[in-house]
Amino acid sequence: MAEGTLHIHGGHLVDPANGIDAPTDLYIADGRIAAIGKAPDGFRADHTLDAGGLHIIPGLVDLCARVREPGQEHKATIDSECRAAAAGGITTLCCPPDTTPVIDTPAVVELIRHRTGQARAARVVSLGALTRNLDGEHLSEMAALKQAGCVGVSNALRPLASTQIERRAFEYAATFDLTVFLYADDPALSANGCLHEGQLSTRLGLPGIPEAAETVAVARDLALIQQTGVRAHFCRLTTERAVRMVARAQFDGLPVSADVAIPYLYLTEMDASEFNPEFHFIPPLRTQNDRDGLLTGLRDGTLGALCSDHQPHEADAKLAPFPATEPGASGLDTLLSLTLKLVQDKHLTLSEAIARVTCGPAAILNLPCGELGVGRVADLCLFDASAHWQVKRENLLSQGKNTPFTGWEMPGRVRFTLRDGQPIFRREAK
Amino acid sequence: MNETTTITALIDTMAGDLRERVPLDAHTAMVGIHTGGVWVARQLHTRLGIEAPLGELDISFYRDDFTRIGMNPQVRPSQLPFSVDDRHIILVDDVLHTGRTIRAAMNELFDYGRPASITLAVLVERDGRELPIEAAVTGQHMELGEHEHVKLAGPEPLKLEINRAP
Amino acid sequence: MSVNLQIGEDGRLRHFLAIEGLNRTLLTEILDTAESFAGVTEQSVKKVPLLRGRTIVNLFFEASTRTRTTFELAAKRLSADVLNINLNASSAVKGETLLDTLRNLQAMHVDMFVVRHADSGTAHFIARHVQPHVSVINAGDGRHAHPTQAMLDMFTIRREKGPDFGRLSVAIVGDVAHSRVARSQIHALNLLNVGELRIVAPRTLIPAHVESLGVRVFNDLHAGLRDVDVVIMLRLQRERMQGAMLPSEHEYFRLYGLTEDRLSVAKPDVTVMHPGPINRGVEMDSQVADGPRSVILEQVTYGIATRMAVMSMAMHSTPRQENDG
Repeated sequence: MAEGTLHIHGGHLVDPANGIDAPTDLYIADGRIAAIGKAPDGFRADHTLDAGGLHIIPGLVDLCARVREPGQEHKATIDSECRAAAAGGITTLCCPPDTTPVIDTPAVVELIRHRTGQARAARVVSLGALTRNLDGEHLSEMAALKQAGCVGVSNALRPLASTQIERRAFEYAATFDLTVFLYADDPALSANGCLHEGQLSTRLGLPGIPEAAETVAVARDLALIQQTGVRAHFCRLTTERAVRMVARAQFDGLPVSADVAIPYLYLTEMDASEFNPEFHFIPPLRTQNDRDGLLTGLRDGTLGALCSDHQPHEADAKLAPFPATEPGASGLDTLLSLTLKLVQDKHLTLSEAIARVTCGPAAILNLPCGELGVGRVADLCLFDASAHWQVKRENLLSQGKNTPFTGWEMPGRVRFTLRDGQPIFRREAK
Repeated sequence: MNETTTITALIDTMAGDLRERVPLDAHTAMVGIHTGGVWVARQLHTRLGIEAPLGELDISFYRDDFTRIGMNPQVRPSQLPFSVDDRHIILVDDVLHTGRTIRAAMNELFDYGRPASITLAVLVERDGRELPIEAAVTGQHMELGEHEHVKLAGPEPLKLEINRAP
Repeated sequence: MSVNLQIGEDGRLRHFLAIEGLNRTLLTEILDTAESFAGVTEQSVKKVPLLRGRTIVNLFFEASTRTRTTFELAAKRLSADVLNINLNASSAVKGETLLDTLRNLQAMHVDMFVVRHADSGTAHFIARHVQPHVSVINAGDGRHAHPTQAMLDMFTIRREKGPDFGRLSVAIVGDVAHSRVARSQIHALNLLNVGELRIVAPRTLIPAHVESLGVRVFNDLHAGLRDVDVVIMLRLQRERMQGAMLPSEHEYFRLYGLTEDRLSVAKPDVTVMHPGPINRGVEMDSQVADGPRSVILEQVTYGIATRMAVMSMAMHSTPRQENDG
């Protein structure tokens, strides 16, 4: 499909930001939404797309996906992962700053932008490092990073050297109206743990990460957010307690948001009972009770976004005794289907679920995407809700085949993904 | 004549044969193979008045079919209450068939030392040898079909049972 | 549902990785088999030709002269050939190297690995990656399991107290949190239907949710030892003082160390056990260690018969490797 105007007809549009959930036609021109429902006056379609039997949603915005470039190309590349994202209906993904080198200079931001441009698939936005080289001690040049295009700053999973430094970092970020993306973890408590500290860690004799490792950090961070007024986002909360603390803070008017990674809505600590490294996650999978708390938080909006927390690995990373394996799962291929499965399992309505992967994360990243109002960028995902597929190595497009969902039956199959009105992925119907 | 009498008679015959073939002096010792061989050996040991106490061998650890049939947890340790070196040993078993049990028993005896000689005495001998092993003293030779097996039941009373395997 | 890695299709022992996942019948079979081997080790001829021609590799990533020696002795008494490989786990032996080490050894046609490693789950990992005819025995993985130790402890208890574990009250005293021995003992005692199982330790040495393993928790030694039939003392390691889990060995001994006096609340014929090596004056005083109720040295003896039993049972289940010529 070359440049020109596009008429998408016969599809069922779900755009939670604008409250639409109905059969609706779309008209696209110059890479943007020209009209919804009825063609604009004088519109002539250069191309048409038959979306009969398909749902149309804004292209997914994945709040956290590691593309492993620069520095870990043996695990994945921007090219492979942006294509995998596109195949999963994801049009924008945000990568954290823990690349090699770290994203603490405009040069690295530029490198990623350049490689993304070459891939011509999903777009990548990045978070800049909060501290130089993520060393937790020296502030990074946040103003320059913002100017280069970073949508926020983060110290990823590395600790900050002291509460004083955390305070200063927050104040500096706030100076430039940057959102800080926080991983709530107290390193002394989580030490070298690899499982939730609970029944299973006791049985397997594996060092555990107590719930307090997350809640101590959330409490400390909330106090400093209060002190400094910085806008903050908690990444991938895992405990019910932390969700309630954040809900309370939101109620009290603090500028705080939070997200959850989708595996934590399906899996618990007990899934690692066979020492299977596919269930090695940092932060760890928690209890059933925590899982329920996360679902509640997702429903009531405390958790404003759902992300994949995509961490592709090469095979060797998981071929070792459990504590020696690298944590994290590949998730771009399964994000949409697992989101739809939440609807199927009646945890969320379709609109609620789609919002958490479109306008929700877009708002957190302060990006003008994730919704399909007139004038908005035409990032779209068209999928067949009635199709099912089974998660198998061969079906995954990401270079990382490490997923705990192998063998699962998933609802929903992407048929088209458009970015700026251009197709970046197409799958024929069987 | 009933069964028990028959067996007693067989053992008497064996004792007589052994008196002729083996010098029953201080160098002589008798060893029975569990389980049936021990029952027979006990009676022979008494009749012959052998000075050294009776030895008992459990050959489970020396069987050559261990890898196929696995460990038998009921193994008793072998009891050899005398030194094997330079002894004339009378080795006693209930049934001689393939010869593998005797092979295992001899291997085990040689792990304990170097006997001067081994004389094999069996209650029943039947066809089917798979190894070149023969008894010097036999109570009775039996003709049996391919699927028939003879077993000594005991210890009181001792009875020979013939079973057909399906 | 996962396949039980330890048990072969014929219901026989295939790998011996942990007590968890086994059943009472199998445990009893191991104990009975160990009895017959105990008889052998008490003879003048201590060797049997059972595993002649087989090669057993002691793959120890954690230094341990004691355990390695007993496994070596057990293997030799079964007439197997033994290869000792000691790798320093702290020299960053990564996953690839572990698999490569394994592959190299397997290329030399070995039949069994006895593995000790600082990472929990290592024996399972190796068992998942060996060729079908190779068996794995866990000689201790991280804090997870030390199943042969648990079996020799059960053998000892059975010899001392008889086969009916249901009438016994057993107390495990000490650093349960960091003990793979304790975890395996707890599983074994529960599988053998022990009457009552207690652990006695300060809170810092008790793991999270330990009741879910099927034990009663005591923080007080006096209450914990009342009327028990068996006391199992665990070794206390120096690192516990470093990690702010205990103030001193002195206070530990005052509160949790065994003396004749403290033992008096237990049953008069109480049996005292310890996996060794003992820290005299920390876990117990010399009077108890060398006293009539201690079976610590017998445990060492039984350790050989128990390991002979486990090795021969696991070895059987392996189909003979086809040789080419």
